Formats: sequence, structure tokens, C-alpha cells
Amino acid sequence: MHDIAKHDDSKGQYFWVWGALLILTAIEVVLGYKQVFSPVRMLEVLLLLSVIKSALIIGYFMHLKFETALMRWMITLSVVTCFVIMYFFFFPDADRVLTIGVK
Amino acid sequence: MADATLEHDAVHGLPAGAHGSAGAFEAPLFGAYSKKVGMWLFLASDSLTFGALLFAFSYNRLYTVPWPTPFHAQSIANATIMTACLLSSSLTMVLGVFAAQKGDRAWTRNWLLATMAFGTAFIVLHGMEWTKLIGEGLTIPGFPKPAGAASGELAEVSRAVPQFAATFFGLTAMHMLHVTIGVIYLGVVSLRKLFLPFLGAIWLVGFLLIPSDNVFHYGIHVLLLGLIVASIILFLKPKDYDAHDVEVSGLYWHFVDLVWMFIFPLVYLMSTRIS
Repeated sequence: MHDIAKHDDSKGQYFWVWGALLILTAIEVVLGYKQVFSPVRMLEVLLLLSVIKSALIIGYFMHLKFETALMRWMITLSVVTCFVIMYFFFFPDADRVLTIGVK
Repeated sequence: MADATLEHDAVHGLPAGAHGSAGAFEAPLFGAYSKKVGMWLFLASDSLTFGALLFAFSYNRLYTVPWPTPFHAQSIANATIMTACLLSSSLTMVLGVFAAQKGDRAWTRNWLLATMAFGTAFIVLHGMEWTKLIGEGLTIPGFPKPAGAASGELAEVSRAVPQFAATFFGLTAMHMLHVTIGVIYLGVVSLRKLFLPFLGAIWLVGFLLIPSDNVFHYGIHVLLLGLIVASIILFLKPKDYDAHDVEVSGLYWHFVDLVWMFIFPLVYLMSTRIS
């Protein structure tokens, strides 16, 4: 029975995840300061880093990594599906604006 | 009680058909106790709320040219410290859950209080940032306007690109509300009825000390609402919160942290003006 997520008796992994999250945040801030990318490319890079950070939080801090496979897939697939639907609602028009020359 | 699912016959391997005995419940579908599944489902639905707001913000960001870039180095430094506070609060929260699973009540409370302290620091820093921006003229209809805001550096941004202020305040207000609810939630779990006078005192002091031309003079009434709801819960259903409750409250707290991981880069880092 998977009662409370008793998966690992070590606290060390949480400190590693915390450190990784801080480092990824620092990378984001440096990118923001340097402004090396165009706004659209910057949006893509920052979103990618945010997805990595959120995966670490969901997987380790929220313990989803250690739940049953059914629970993991049910939560992940339902939310991702809704976001994909949102993407198709919102972005074609914004993309149209970009492709007609506005940068 | 829903947690009795843990004692279901099926869990103990009793044969099918032996379900007539008192206290028998259906086996949990997801291998987790019902409170945890309920919180996950709530967070899934809440993520769609924030997802829609973030999509709307990103859409406006791409669609609006030129997009305002009002955040100077000081604002970015402030937001970075706020991010570090939330990330650190997630670490203390997970250590609190760890202590609760070990049955260490003293350290469970200590870690939860540390989490609340980080969360409160986040709210205060965010409130200061809001006050600074409103003072510089970034505002939306309905906000009280302090003296000098109309001629501030960002007043023109509010007039020319109103969707910037609307999306910024809408998104960050929604998140700040969630953080505030999270701090109250952790206060109820860690201190129970002892938390109520603290919450009442913070509301009263805040209301009396914050000037009436500051938006938080009115916003702080969220604490009063929280006090009423927490009082109803604690007096109608007094209980000693266990490791399950701590873990479920931790799920909520980490979600609040998770949402900020998207708001910080999208709202702040995509609108920087670093010279």
C-alpha cells in the first residue's frame, strides 16, 4: 500500500534539487540581464528552463515521481492535454502577427 | 472517514464477496489516500486557471509591439530574492513533511513555521514591489492612486499599453492570493487555534498602519476572510493534524512555488530594462 510517500530516507536529494533550482534561476536572471536573444527566442528558452524547474518540483518536492504509475499518468496527461488545447487556441494568431513582420 | 480506505479488505487480501462487514470501503484507485488524490485533482484544475492566465499574458506579450519594459535592475534583483524565498520555502516544506513522516512533531512545526516565514517574506517583498510600481504610475482602474502617480515614470505605460498593467496585476495578484492562502493553511496545520490570534493581530495592525492610498489597505482584508474561514474550520472540526495533513498542505505549497517558476521569467525577465 502506498500510504505516505516513503521512498527514500535521505534528505540529501532535496538539497540537491533545491541547489539545481537556484542555479537554473540564476541562469534565467543572467539571460534576462544579458538579453542575448530576441524576445521570441528568449520566451522559448525561459519556458524550457521553467519546464525543467517545474519537473524537478513536481517530481521530487511533490513526490509525484514516487507515486503509482496510474496516478503519475493520470495527472500528467490530463494537465498536458489541456495545455496543448490552450496552445492551439491562443498561439496561431500571435504567430500570424510575428510572421507578418512584427518583431 | 475517508482515510479508512487504508484499512480496506482488499488491501489485506480478503476474498471477493467478503465485503459485507462493517467498515469496509472501496480500495483506493490511485494507491494514495483520498485527501492526497483530492488535493492533486484540485491542483490540476488550479493549474489550468494559472495556465490560462499565463497563456493570455504570453499572447499579449507577443501581440503587443512595443511591449513595455519597466523592470530595472532593482526590480529584477527584488524578484530574484522573492524567487529564492519561495524555493527555500519549498525546501523547508519538504523537510517538514520528512519530519512529520518520522513522527517528529517539534521539527514538523519548526519547518512549517520556517516555510511560513519565507512565504511571508515573499508577500512583503511583492507588496513593496507593487507599491513602488503603483507609485511610479503603473496602475489599473479601481486602484487608489497615491500622490505623484499620475505624473510618474510609468503613467504613460498605463495609458498607452493598458494590457500590460492589467495582465501584470491580474497574474501576480492571483499568485499572491494563493501564497497568502498557503501561509494561512500552514498556520492552521502547524499551530491550529493558536494561529488565530496571530492572524487577527497581523490583519488589524496591517489595516491600521498601511496608508489608505495604498492598495494593500484594502487587500489586507483577505487576512480577515482567512481568519473567519480558519476559525470556522478549527472550531467546527477541531483535530490534531497528522503526517497526511502535512503532506497534503505541502502539495499545495509546492504548487504555489511551481507557478512562480513560470511567472518570474515570463512577467519579469521578459520585461527587463537593464542599462
